[in-house]
Amino acid sequence: MALPQTLVDEFDALVKNYPERRAALIMALHRCQETLGGWISPQTMEDLGAYFGLEPVEVFGVASFYPMFNLRPTGQHVVAVCHNISCDLRGAQDVIAQVCETTGAPLGGTSKDGRWSVRSVECQGACANAPMFDLDGVYHEDLTAEKVGRILGAVR
Amino acid sequence: MKAFETYLLDRAKTEGNHQLATYRKLGGYKSLEKVLETGITPQQVVEETKKSGLRGRGGAGFSTGMKWSFMPDATKDPRPRYLAINADESEPGTCKDRVLMEKDPHGLIEGSLLSAYAIRAKAVYIYVRGEYRLSYDRVASAVREARAAGLVGKNIAGSDFSCEIFMHKGAGAYICGEETGLMESLEGKRGHPRQKPPFPAQSGLWQSPTTVNNVETVFNAPFIMERGAAWFAGIGTPNSKGNFLVGISGHVNKPGVYELPFGVTAHEILEEKAGGMWKGRKLKAWFPGGSSCALLRGSDVDVVLDHDSLKARGSSLGTAAMVMMDDHTSIARVMEVIARFYEHESCGQCSQCREGTQWLSQIFRRIAHGRGQPDDIATLESLALGMAPGKTICALSDAAAIPTLSAVKLFKDELIECIRQQRDPLASPAPKYASVGAH
Repeated sequence: MALPQTLVDEFDALVKNYPERRAALIMALHRCQETLGGWISPQTMEDLGAYFGLEPVEVFGVASFYPMFNLRPTGQHVVAVCHNISCDLRGAQDVIAQVCETTGAPLGGTSKDGRWSVRSVECQGACANAPMFDLDGVYHEDLTAEKVGRILGAVR
Repeated sequence: MKAFETYLLDRAKTEGNHQLATYRKLGGYKSLEKVLETGITPQQVVEETKKSGLRGRGGAGFSTGMKWSFMPDATKDPRPRYLAINADESEPGTCKDRVLMEKDPHGLIEGSLLSAYAIRAKAVYIYVRGEYRLSYDRVASAVREARAAGLVGKNIAGSDFSCEIFMHKGAGAYICGEETGLMESLEGKRGHPRQKPPFPAQSGLWQSPTTVNNVETVFNAPFIMERGAAWFAGIGTPNSKGNFLVGISGHVNKPGVYELPFGVTAHEILEEKAGGMWKGRKLKAWFPGGSSCALLRGSDVDVVLDHDSLKARGSSLGTAAMVMMDDHTSIARVMEVIARFYEHESCGQCSQCREGTQWLSQIFRRIAHGRGQPDDIATLESLALGMAPGKTICALSDAAAIPTLSAVKLFKDELIECIRQQRDPLASPAPKYASVGAH
Protein backbone atom coordinates (compact mmCIF):
# COMPACT_ATOMS: atom_id res chain seq x y z
CA MET A 1 0.00 0.00 0.00
CA ALA A 2 1.14 3.51 -0.57
CA LEU A 3 0.05 6.94 0.59
CA PRO A 4 -3.03 8.31 -1.16
CA GLN A 5 -2.10 10.61 -4.03
CA THR A 6 -3.84 13.58 -2.37
CA LEU A 7 -1.49 13.30 0.59
CA VAL A 8 1.54 12.85 -1.66
CA ASP A 9 0.60 16.05 -3.48
CA GLU A 10 0.19 17.86 -0.18
CA PHE A 11 3.55 16.61 1.10
CA ASP A 12 5.27 17.54 -2.18
CA ALA A 13 4.20 21.13 -1.51
CA LEU A 14 5.03 20.94 2.19
CA VAL A 15 8.63 19.76 1.83
CA LYS A 16 9.38 22.89 -0.19
CA ASN A 17 8.96 24.92 3.02
CA TYR A 18 12.15 23.47 4.44
CA PRO A 19 15.77 23.11 3.31
CA GLU A 20 15.58 19.41 4.22
CA ARG A 21 12.66 17.15 3.36
CA ARG A 22 12.45 15.29 6.64
CA ALA A 23 11.57 18.52 8.46
CA ALA A 24 8.04 18.03 7.13
CA LEU A 25 7.73 14.66 8.88
CA ILE A 26 5.78 15.85 11.94
CA MET A 27 3.36 17.85 9.81
CA ALA A 28 2.96 14.78 7.60
CA LEU A 29 2.30 12.54 10.61
CA HIS A 30 -0.48 14.91 11.66
CA ARG A 31 -2.06 14.75 8.22
CA CYS A 32 -1.83 10.97 8.14
CA GLN A 33 -3.46 10.66 11.53
CA GLU A 34 -6.21 13.07 10.49
CA THR A 35 -7.01 11.32 7.24
CA LEU A 36 -5.99 7.67 7.69
CA GLY A 37 -8.13 6.36 10.52
CA GLY A 38 -7.04 8.45 13.49
CA TRP A 39 -3.77 6.69 14.22
CA ILE A 40 -0.30 6.04 12.86
CA SER A 41 -0.33 2.41 11.76
CA PRO A 42 2.80 0.37 11.01
CA GLN A 43 1.76 0.63 7.36
CA THR A 44 1.71 4.44 7.60
CA MET A 45 5.18 4.35 9.11
CA GLU A 46 6.41 2.28 6.19
CA ASP A 47 4.74 4.56 3.68
CA LEU A 48 6.06 7.73 5.30
CA GLY A 49 9.50 6.13 5.55
CA ALA A 50 9.40 5.43 1.84
CA TYR A 51 8.27 8.97 1.10
CA PHE A 52 10.91 10.67 3.23
CA GLY A 53 13.74 8.22 2.54
CA LEU A 54 13.80 7.05 6.16
CA GLU A 55 13.65 3.63 7.74
CA PRO A 56 10.17 2.88 9.13
CA VAL A 57 11.77 2.60 12.56
CA GLU A 58 12.99 6.19 12.31
CA VAL A 59 9.42 7.28 11.63
CA PHE A 60 8.37 5.21 14.63
CA GLY A 61 11.09 6.89 16.69
CA VAL A 62 9.68 10.31 15.91
CA ALA A 63 6.00 9.38 16.16
CA SER A 64 6.49 7.67 19.52
CA PHE A 65 8.14 10.76 21.02
CA TYR A 66 5.06 12.94 20.61
CA PRO A 67 2.00 12.29 22.78
CA MET A 68 -0.44 13.54 20.14
CA PHE A 69 0.31 10.65 17.82
CA ASN A 70 -1.76 7.54 18.46
CA LEU A 71 0.21 4.37 17.89
CA ARG A 72 -2.87 2.24 18.40
CA PRO A 73 -6.37 2.66 16.97
CA THR A 74 -8.63 4.83 19.09
CA GLY A 75 -12.37 4.97 19.55
CA GLN A 76 -14.50 6.92 17.13
CA HIS A 77 -14.30 9.93 19.46
CA VAL A 78 -11.36 10.93 21.63
CA VAL A 79 -11.75 12.91 24.84
CA ALA A 80 -8.50 14.27 26.28
CA VAL A 81 -9.03 15.76 29.74
CA CYS A 82 -6.33 18.08 31.09
CA HIS A 83 -5.07 16.84 34.46
CA ASN A 84 -2.40 19.45 35.09
CA ILE A 85 -2.33 21.90 37.97
CA SER A 86 -4.76 24.67 37.00
CA CYS A 87 -7.38 22.13 35.95
CA ASP A 88 -6.70 19.84 38.93
CA LEU A 89 -7.34 22.77 41.27
CA ARG A 90 -10.74 23.27 39.66
CA GLY A 91 -12.05 19.74 39.54
CA ALA A 92 -10.31 17.89 36.70
CA GLN A 93 -10.58 14.64 38.65
CA ASP A 94 -14.35 14.98 38.74
CA VAL A 95 -14.41 15.68 35.02
CA ILE A 96 -12.34 12.57 34.34
CA ALA A 97 -14.63 10.45 36.49
CA GLN A 98 -17.74 11.81 34.81
CA VAL A 99 -16.37 11.41 31.28
CA CYS A 100 -15.35 7.81 31.97
CA GLU A 101 -18.70 7.01 33.50
CA THR A 102 -20.71 8.62 30.72
CA THR A 103 -18.74 7.08 27.87
CA GLY A 104 -18.03 3.71 29.43
CA ALA A 105 -14.38 4.04 28.48
CA PRO A 106 -11.68 3.37 31.07
CA LEU A 107 -9.11 6.13 31.54
CA GLY A 108 -6.36 5.54 29.00
CA GLY A 109 -8.56 3.13 27.03
CA THR A 110 -11.52 2.67 24.71
CA SER A 111 -15.13 1.77 25.41
CA LYS A 112 -16.26 -1.75 24.51
CA ASP A 113 -18.49 -0.47 21.71
CA GLY A 114 -15.48 1.30 20.20
CA ARG A 115 -17.15 4.70 20.29
CA TRP A 116 -15.02 6.48 22.87
CA SER A 117 -11.43 6.78 23.97
CA VAL A 118 -10.67 8.75 27.11
CA ARG A 119 -7.27 9.92 28.26
CA SER A 120 -5.88 12.49 30.62
CA VAL A 121 -3.23 14.83 29.27
CA GLU A 122 -0.78 17.47 30.42
CA CYS A 123 -1.43 21.24 30.32
CA GLN A 124 -3.37 22.27 27.21
CA GLY A 125 -2.99 26.02 27.73
CA ALA A 126 -6.57 26.61 28.80
CA CYS A 127 -5.62 27.36 32.40
CA ALA A 128 -7.74 30.49 32.77
CA ASN A 129 -10.78 28.49 31.66
CA ALA A 130 -10.20 25.34 33.69
CA PRO A 131 -11.26 22.60 33.81
CA MET A 132 -11.25 21.61 30.16
CA PHE A 133 -11.15 18.76 27.72
CA ASP A 134 -10.39 18.43 24.06
CA LEU A 135 -13.06 16.46 22.18
CA ASP A 136 -11.94 15.37 18.71
CA GLY A 137 -9.65 18.39 18.40
CA VAL A 138 -11.98 21.04 19.80
CA TYR A 139 -11.47 22.65 23.21
CA HIS A 140 -14.35 22.73 25.68
CA GLU A 141 -13.60 24.98 28.63
CA ASP A 142 -15.07 26.16 31.94
CA LEU A 143 -16.55 22.69 32.35
CA THR A 144 -19.21 21.85 34.90
CA ALA A 145 -20.95 18.51 35.44
CA GLU A 146 -23.98 19.86 33.59
CA LYS A 147 -21.87 21.12 30.68
CA VAL A 148 -19.93 17.86 30.35
CA GLY A 149 -23.20 15.94 30.18
CA ARG A 150 -24.57 18.26 27.53
CA ILE A 151 -21.43 18.18 25.35
CA LEU A 152 -21.04 14.41 25.44
CA GLY A 153 -24.77 13.92 24.96
CA ALA A 154 -24.71 15.98 21.77
CA VAL A 155 -22.10 13.75 20.12
CA ARG A 156 -23.60 11.40 17.59
CA MET B 1 -3.55 50.04 41.14
CA LYS B 2 -2.63 53.22 39.27
CA ALA B 3 -4.25 53.87 35.91
CA PHE B 4 -2.11 52.68 33.00
CA GLU B 5 -2.13 52.59 29.23
CA THR B 6 -2.72 49.29 27.45
CA TYR B 7 -1.51 48.25 24.01
CA LEU B 8 -0.98 44.48 23.86
CA LEU B 9 -4.62 43.43 24.00
CA ASP B 10 -6.29 46.54 22.55
CA ARG B 11 -6.83 45.21 19.04
CA ALA B 12 -7.76 41.77 20.35
CA LYS B 13 -10.92 43.30 21.79
CA THR B 14 -12.24 44.21 18.34
CA GLU B 15 -14.35 41.54 16.70
CA GLY B 16 -12.86 40.39 13.39
CA ASN B 17 -9.36 41.68 14.16
CA HIS B 18 -7.94 38.32 13.05
CA GLN B 19 -8.67 39.46 9.51
CA LEU B 20 -6.40 41.81 7.62
CA ALA B 21 -8.95 44.52 6.82
CA THR B 22 -9.84 45.10 10.48
CA TYR B 23 -6.22 44.84 11.61
CA ARG B 24 -5.30 47.47 9.02
CA LYS B 25 -8.15 49.71 10.14
CA LEU B 26 -6.78 49.56 13.68
CA GLY B 27 -3.38 50.77 12.51
CA GLY B 28 -1.82 47.39 11.81
CA TYR B 29 1.34 47.02 9.65
CA LYS B 30 2.06 50.76 10.02
CA SER B 31 5.08 50.08 12.18
CA LEU B 32 6.55 47.60 9.69
CA GLU B 33 5.89 49.96 6.79
CA LYS B 34 7.45 52.86 8.68
CA VAL B 35 10.64 50.88 9.27
CA LEU B 36 10.84 49.70 5.67
CA GLU B 37 9.92 53.05 4.09
CA THR B 38 12.09 55.35 6.18
CA GLY B 39 15.23 53.31 5.71
CA ILE B 40 15.70 52.36 9.36
CA THR B 41 18.45 49.72 9.25
CA PRO B 42 18.29 46.29 10.89
CA GLN B 43 21.10 47.42 13.18
CA GLN B 44 18.96 50.38 14.29
CA VAL B 45 16.06 48.05 15.09
CA VAL B 46 18.39 45.95 17.25
CA GLU B 47 19.73 49.05 19.01
CA GLU B 48 16.28 50.49 19.59
CA THR B 49 15.09 47.19 21.04
CA LYS B 50 18.14 46.99 23.30
CA LYS B 51 17.45 50.51 24.54
CA SER B 52 13.80 49.69 25.17
CA GLY B 53 14.78 47.11 27.78
CA LEU B 54 12.46 44.46 26.29
CA ARG B 55 13.09 41.05 27.85
CA GLY B 56 11.84 37.74 26.49
CA ARG B 57 8.34 36.78 27.58
CA GLY B 58 8.77 33.02 27.18
CA GLY B 59 10.21 32.34 30.60
CA ALA B 60 13.93 33.07 30.63
CA GLY B 61 13.60 36.86 30.48
CA PHE B 62 16.71 37.45 28.40
CA SER B 63 17.24 40.85 26.71
CA THR B 64 15.69 40.56 23.25
CA GLY B 65 17.93 43.15 21.58
CA MET B 66 20.97 41.43 23.07
CA LYS B 67 19.82 38.04 21.78
CA TRP B 68 19.39 39.49 18.28
CA SER B 69 22.87 41.01 18.42
CA PHE B 70 24.38 37.52 18.90
CA MET B 71 23.56 36.69 15.28
CA PRO B 72 26.78 36.67 13.23
CA ASP B 73 27.64 39.48 10.83
CA ALA B 74 25.67 38.75 7.65
CA THR B 75 28.37 40.26 5.43
CA LYS B 76 30.89 37.68 6.67
CA ASP B 77 28.61 34.70 7.16
CA PRO B 78 26.88 33.56 3.98
CA ARG B 79 24.69 30.90 5.62
CA PRO B 80 20.90 31.33 5.56
CA ARG B 81 19.52 32.90 8.72
CA TYR B 82 16.35 31.83 10.49
CA LEU B 83 13.88 33.17 12.99
CA ALA B 84 11.83 30.57 14.84
CA ILE B 85 8.81 31.78 16.75
CA ASN B 86 8.22 29.71 19.84
CA ALA B 87 4.45 29.29 19.98
CA ASP B 88 4.74 25.95 21.77
CA GLU B 89 3.12 27.44 24.85
CA SER B 90 2.92 24.59 27.36
CA GLU B 91 4.26 25.74 30.72
CA PRO B 92 1.56 24.71 33.20
CA GLY B 93 -0.63 27.71 33.96
CA THR B 94 0.32 29.58 30.79
CA CYS B 95 -2.30 30.53 28.24
CA LYS B 96 -1.35 34.02 27.07
CA ASP B 97 0.21 33.49 23.62
CA ARG B 98 -2.93 31.64 22.63
CA VAL B 99 -4.96 34.84 23.15
CA LEU B 100 -2.60 36.79 20.90
CA MET B 101 -2.63 34.15 18.16
CA GLU B 102 -6.38 33.66 18.18
CA LYS B 103 -7.35 37.30 18.44
CA ASP B 104 -4.45 39.20 16.88
CA PRO B 105 -2.54 36.88 14.51
CA HIS B 106 -1.47 39.73 12.24
CA GLY B 107 0.15 41.37 15.26
CA LEU B 108 2.31 38.27 15.59
CA ILE B 109 3.12 38.36 11.87
CA GLU B 110 4.08 42.03 11.96
CA GLY B 111 6.22 41.42 15.03
CA SER B 112 7.85 38.38 13.43
CA LEU B 113 8.67 40.32 10.27
CA LEU B 114 10.26 43.19 12.21
CA SER B 115 12.28 40.71 14.24
CA ALA B 116 13.34 38.86 11.08
CA TYR B 117 14.34 42.20 9.58
CA ALA B 118 16.43 43.00 12.66
CA ILE B 119 18.41 39.77 12.40
CA ARG B 120 18.38 39.76 8.58
CA ALA B 121 16.51 36.48 8.37
CA LYS B 122 14.77 35.54 5.13
CA ALA B 123 12.63 32.84 6.65
CA VAL B 124 10.47 32.61 9.75
CA TYR B 125 9.08 29.35 11.14
CA ILE B 126 6.15 29.71 13.51
CA TYR B 127 6.12 26.61 15.70
CA VAL B 128 2.62 26.29 17.19
CA ARG B 129 1.86 23.53 19.66
CA GLY B 130 -0.25 20.87 17.98
CA GLU B 131 -3.18 21.15 20.38
CA TYR B 132 -3.68 24.85 19.54
CA ARG B 133 -5.70 24.19 16.41
CA LEU B 134 -7.55 27.50 16.40
CA SER B 135 -4.32 29.44 16.99
CA TYR B 136 -2.65 27.58 14.16
CA ASP B 137 -5.55 28.12 11.76
CA ARG B 138 -5.85 31.80 12.61
CA VAL B 139 -2.13 32.50 12.15
CA ALA B 140 -1.91 30.35 9.00
CA SER B 141 -4.86 32.16 7.48
CA ALA B 142 -3.39 35.55 8.44
CA VAL B 143 -0.11 34.58 6.76
CA ARG B 144 -2.02 33.77 3.56
CA GLU B 145 -3.84 37.11 3.71
CA ALA B 146 -0.62 38.99 4.37
CA ARG B 147 1.15 37.21 1.52
CA ALA B 148 -1.66 38.10 -0.89
CA ALA B 149 -1.35 41.73 0.24
CA GLY B 150 2.40 41.79 -0.42
CA LEU B 151 3.30 41.86 3.26
CA VAL B 152 4.93 38.43 3.34
CA GLY B 153 7.28 37.08 0.66
CA LYS B 154 9.29 39.01 -1.90
CA ASN B 155 9.83 42.78 -1.58
CA ILE B 156 7.59 43.35 1.39
CA ALA B 157 5.50 46.54 1.07
CA GLY B 158 7.52 47.42 -2.02
CA SER B 159 10.85 47.49 -0.15
CA ASP B 160 13.92 45.38 -0.84
CA PHE B 161 13.22 43.29 2.27
CA SER B 162 12.02 39.77 1.45
CA CYS B 163 10.95 37.25 4.04
CA GLU B 164 8.87 34.08 3.99
CA ILE B 165 6.78 32.83 6.90
CA PHE B 166 6.17 29.09 7.27
CA MET B 167 3.76 27.45 9.67
CA HIS B 168 4.80 24.39 11.66
CA LYS B 169 2.99 22.21 14.16
CA GLY B 170 4.25 20.47 17.26
CA ALA B 171 2.64 17.32 18.59
CA GLY B 172 2.26 17.57 22.32
CA ALA B 173 5.78 17.47 23.75
CA TYR B 174 6.52 20.14 26.39
CA ILE B 175 10.26 19.87 25.80
CA CYS B 176 9.84 21.32 22.31
CA GLY B 177 9.25 24.67 24.01
CA GLU B 178 12.94 24.55 24.95
CA GLU B 179 14.66 26.37 22.10
CA THR B 180 17.02 23.61 21.01
CA GLY B 181 14.34 20.94 21.46
CA LEU B 182 12.15 23.12 19.26
CA MET B 183 14.84 23.22 16.58
CA GLU B 184 15.23 19.43 16.60
CA SER B 185 11.49 19.07 16.31
CA LEU B 186 11.37 21.58 13.45
CA GLU B 187 13.94 19.44 11.67
CA GLY B 188 11.56 16.48 11.90
CA LYS B 189 13.22 14.66 14.78
CA ARG B 190 12.51 13.69 18.37
CA GLY B 191 12.59 16.88 20.45
CA HIS B 192 15.87 16.18 22.24
CA PRO B 193 17.51 19.41 23.40
CA ARG B 194 21.01 20.06 22.08
CA GLN B 195 24.14 20.61 24.07
CA LYS B 196 25.14 24.32 24.16
CA PRO B 197 27.46 25.71 22.89
CA PRO B 198 27.09 26.09 20.01
CA PHE B 199 24.25 28.51 20.70
CA PRO B 200 21.45 28.83 18.15
CA ALA B 201 22.82 32.13 16.85
CA GLN B 202 26.05 30.34 15.89
CA SER B 203 24.53 27.08 14.74
CA GLY B 204 20.81 26.51 15.00
CA LEU B 205 18.31 25.23 12.47
CA TRP B 206 20.11 23.20 9.80
CA GLN B 207 23.45 24.37 11.24
CA SER B 208 22.61 27.96 10.39
CA PRO B 209 22.35 31.10 12.53
CA THR B 210 18.97 31.04 14.27
CA THR B 211 17.11 33.14 16.78
CA VAL B 212 14.21 31.69 18.74
CA ASN B 213 11.75 34.24 20.17
CA ASN B 214 8.51 33.83 22.08
CA VAL B 215 5.19 35.05 20.60
CA GLU B 216 4.56 37.84 23.11
CA THR B 217 8.17 38.99 22.83
CA VAL B 218 8.07 39.74 19.11
CA PHE B 219 4.53 41.02 19.48
CA ASN B 220 6.07 43.98 21.33
CA ALA B 221 8.45 44.88 18.49
CA PRO B 222 6.01 46.89 16.31
CA PHE B 223 4.96 48.99 19.30
CA ILE B 224 8.57 49.72 20.20
CA MET B 225 9.44 50.70 16.62
CA GLU B 226 6.34 52.83 16.28
CA ARG B 227 6.47 54.65 19.59
CA GLY B 228 10.15 54.48 20.41
CA ALA B 229 12.42 52.84 22.95
CA ALA B 230 12.04 55.75 25.38
CA TRP B 231 8.28 55.27 25.55
CA PHE B 232 8.68 51.55 26.24
CA ALA B 233 11.48 52.04 28.75
CA GLY B 234 9.31 54.58 30.54
CA ILE B 235 6.89 51.81 31.55
CA GLY B 236 7.78 49.44 34.36
CA THR B 237 10.52 48.97 36.92
CA PRO B 238 14.31 49.35 36.53
CA ASN B 239 14.95 45.91 34.97
CA SER B 240 11.49 44.94 33.72
CA LYS B 241 10.06 47.17 31.01
CA GLY B 242 6.77 47.52 29.19
CA ASN B 243 3.43 45.87 29.66
CA PHE B 244 3.15 42.11 29.90
CA LEU B 245 0.46 39.46 29.90
CA VAL B 246 -0.40 37.73 33.14
CA GLY B 247 -2.39 34.53 33.13
CA ILE B 248 -4.02 33.96 36.48
CA SER B 249 -5.63 30.59 37.20
CA GLY B 250 -6.59 28.30 40.05
CA HIS B 251 -8.77 29.25 43.00
CA VAL B 252 -9.69 32.79 41.99
CA ASN B 253 -13.04 34.33 41.13
CA LYS B 254 -12.09 35.61 37.69
CA PRO B 255 -9.29 33.61 36.13
CA GLY B 256 -8.07 35.20 32.93
CA VAL B 257 -5.31 36.71 30.83
CA TYR B 258 -4.72 40.34 31.76
CA GLU B 259 -2.41 43.06 30.44
CA LEU B 260 -0.46 44.93 33.09
CA PRO B 261 2.56 47.19 33.33
CA PHE B 262 5.54 45.93 35.33
CA GLY B 263 5.40 47.46 38.78
CA VAL B 264 2.04 46.20 40.00
CA THR B 265 1.95 43.77 42.89
CA ALA B 266 0.60 40.22 42.74
CA HIS B 267 -1.95 41.29 45.33
CA GLU B 268 -3.26 44.05 43.07
CA ILE B 269 -3.60 41.58 40.20
CA LEU B 270 -5.34 39.04 42.41
CA GLU B 271 -7.79 41.52 43.90
CA GLU B 272 -8.39 44.04 41.13
CA LYS B 273 -8.20 41.79 38.07
CA ALA B 274 -8.98 38.28 39.28
CA GLY B 275 -11.65 39.31 41.77
CA GLY B 276 -9.88 37.81 44.77
CA MET B 277 -9.77 34.24 46.04
CA TRP B 278 -12.89 32.13 45.49
CA LYS B 279 -15.35 31.08 48.18
CA GLY B 280 -13.99 33.77 50.48
CA ARG B 281 -10.96 31.60 51.21
CA LYS B 282 -7.37 32.61 51.91
CA LEU B 283 -4.40 32.29 49.58
CA LYS B 284 -2.14 29.50 50.84
CA ALA B 285 0.49 29.16 48.11
CA TRP B 286 1.06 30.23 44.51
CA PHE B 287 3.32 29.91 41.52
CA PRO B 288 4.17 33.37 40.12
CA GLY B 289 5.26 32.18 36.68
CA GLY B 290 4.25 28.64 35.87
CA SER B 291 5.09 25.40 37.64
CA SER B 292 8.81 25.60 36.87
CA CYS B 293 9.45 28.39 39.36
CA ALA B 294 9.58 28.19 43.12
CA LEU B 295 6.31 28.09 45.04
CA LEU B 296 5.65 31.12 47.20
CA ARG B 297 3.66 31.46 50.39
CA GLY B 298 0.36 33.30 50.41
CA SER B 299 1.99 36.06 52.43
CA ASP B 300 4.35 36.74 49.51
CA VAL B 301 1.46 38.10 47.46
CA ASP B 302 2.56 41.66 48.31
CA VAL B 303 5.53 41.20 45.93
CA VAL B 304 5.84 43.30 42.79
CA LEU B 305 5.47 40.97 39.82
CA ASP B 306 8.74 41.63 38.03
CA HIS B 307 12.08 39.89 37.46
CA ASP B 308 14.06 41.44 40.33
CA SER B 309 11.35 41.42 42.99
CA LEU B 310 10.49 37.76 42.47
CA LYS B 311 14.15 36.81 42.42
CA ALA B 312 14.54 38.54 45.78
CA ARG B 313 11.77 36.30 47.14
CA GLY B 314 13.50 33.18 45.85
CA SER B 315 11.30 32.61 42.83
CA SER B 316 11.11 33.95 39.29
CA LEU B 317 8.76 35.62 36.82
CA GLY B 318 8.82 32.70 34.37
CA THR B 319 5.89 33.09 31.99
CA ALA B 320 3.96 35.32 34.44
CA ALA B 321 1.42 32.53 34.87
CA MET B 322 0.09 32.94 38.40
CA VAL B 323 -1.41 29.72 39.75
CA MET B 324 -3.29 30.47 42.97
CA MET B 325 -4.15 27.89 45.63
CA ASP B 326 -6.53 28.35 48.54
CA ASP B 327 -6.09 27.20 52.12
CA HIS B 328 -7.93 23.92 51.47
CA THR B 329 -5.25 22.86 48.97
CA SER B 330 -2.99 19.89 49.68
CA ILE B 331 0.63 20.64 48.81
CA ALA B 332 1.30 16.91 48.54
CA ARG B 333 -1.38 16.69 45.85
CA VAL B 334 -0.10 19.81 44.05
CA MET B 335 3.39 18.36 43.95
CA GLU B 336 2.09 14.95 42.86
CA VAL B 337 0.51 16.65 39.84
CA ILE B 338 3.55 18.82 39.09
CA ALA B 339 6.07 15.99 39.49
CA ARG B 340 3.98 13.68 37.31
CA PHE B 341 4.13 16.35 34.62
CA TYR B 342 7.94 16.57 34.59
CA GLU B 343 8.22 12.79 34.68
CA HIS B 344 5.99 12.58 31.61
CA GLU B 345 7.81 15.38 29.76
CA SER B 346 11.45 14.49 30.44
CA CYS B 347 12.98 13.59 27.08
CA GLY B 348 15.16 10.96 28.70
CA GLN B 349 18.57 12.03 27.45
CA CYS B 350 20.14 12.91 30.80
CA SER B 351 20.08 10.37 33.58
CA GLN B 352 19.64 12.96 36.36
CA CYS B 353 16.42 14.14 34.73
CA ARG B 354 15.12 10.83 33.40
CA GLU B 355 15.58 9.05 36.73
CA GLY B 356 15.15 12.08 38.97
CA THR B 357 11.78 13.17 37.63
CA GLN B 358 10.55 9.60 37.93
CA TRP B 359 11.60 9.36 41.57
CA LEU B 360 10.18 12.78 42.48
CA SER B 361 6.90 11.72 40.95
CA GLN B 362 6.82 8.37 42.75
CA ILE B 363 7.67 9.90 46.10
CA PHE B 364 5.18 12.77 45.94
CA ARG B 365 2.54 10.28 44.78
CA ARG B 366 3.09 8.00 47.73
CA ILE B 367 3.13 10.89 50.20
CA ALA B 368 -0.14 12.19 48.76
CA HIS B 369 -1.71 8.75 48.92
CA GLY B 370 -0.79 7.95 52.51
CA ARG B 371 2.17 5.73 51.77
CA GLY B 372 5.00 8.16 52.51
CA GLN B 373 8.16 6.83 54.12
CA PRO B 374 10.08 8.47 56.98
CA ASP B 375 13.07 9.40 54.81
CA ASP B 376 11.04 10.78 51.93
CA ILE B 377 11.59 14.48 52.64
CA ALA B 378 15.35 14.01 52.84
CA THR B 379 15.27 11.87 49.69
CA LEU B 380 13.32 14.53 47.78
CA GLU B 381 15.86 17.16 48.77
CA SER B 382 18.86 15.08 47.88
CA LEU B 383 17.31 14.05 44.54
CA ALA B 384 16.49 17.66 43.64
CA LEU B 385 19.98 18.80 44.53
CA GLY B 386 21.36 16.07 42.28
CA MET B 387 19.22 17.30 39.38
CA ALA B 388 20.07 21.01 39.49
CA PRO B 389 21.38 23.58 38.95
CA GLY B 390 22.90 23.26 35.53
CA LYS B 391 23.66 19.53 35.69
CA THR B 392 21.88 18.55 32.50
CA ILE B 393 21.65 19.47 28.81
CA CYS B 394 18.56 21.62 29.27
CA ALA B 395 16.64 23.22 32.14
CA LEU B 396 13.79 20.70 32.43
CA SER B 397 15.62 18.96 35.25
CA ASP B 398 15.98 22.30 37.04
CA ALA B 399 12.32 23.00 36.38
CA ALA B 400 11.37 19.85 38.28
CA ALA B 401 13.88 20.41 41.08
CA ILE B 402 13.01 24.05 41.82
CA PRO B 403 9.34 23.62 42.81
CA THR B 404 10.31 20.47 44.71
CA LEU B 405 12.88 22.30 46.82
CA SER B 406 10.49 25.17 47.50
CA ALA B 407 7.66 22.84 48.51
CA VAL B 408 9.93 20.90 50.83
CA LYS B 409 11.24 24.12 52.34
CA LEU B 410 7.98 26.04 52.75
CA PHE B 411 5.60 23.19 53.52
CA LYS B 412 7.83 20.65 55.23
CA ASP B 413 5.54 20.30 58.26
CA GLU B 414 2.53 19.59 56.10
CA LEU B 415 4.38 16.92 54.11
CA ILE B 416 5.77 15.35 57.29
CA GLU B 417 2.25 15.23 58.72
CA CYS B 418 1.05 13.32 55.61
CA ILE B 419 3.82 10.80 56.15
CA ARG B 420 3.25 10.51 59.90
CA GLN B 421 -0.50 10.03 59.61
CA GLN B 422 -0.17 7.80 56.52
CA ARG B 423 -2.90 9.87 54.92
CA ASP B 424 -3.20 13.36 53.49
CA PRO B 425 -5.40 15.36 55.87
CA LEU B 426 -6.16 17.84 53.09
CA ALA B 427 -6.94 15.30 50.38
CA SER B 428 -10.17 15.75 48.47
CA PRO B 429 -12.43 12.67 48.43
CA ALA B 430 -10.63 10.01 46.42
CA PRO B 431 -11.31 10.32 42.71
CA LYS B 432 -12.95 7.36 41.10
CA TYR B 433 -10.26 6.71 38.56
CA ALA B 434 -6.51 6.86 38.94
CA SER B 435 -5.00 9.34 36.53
CA VAL B 436 -2.56 7.93 34.01
CA GLY B 437 -1.10 9.21 30.74
CA ALA B 438 -2.24 8.31 27.25
CA HIS B 439 0.41 5.70 26.57
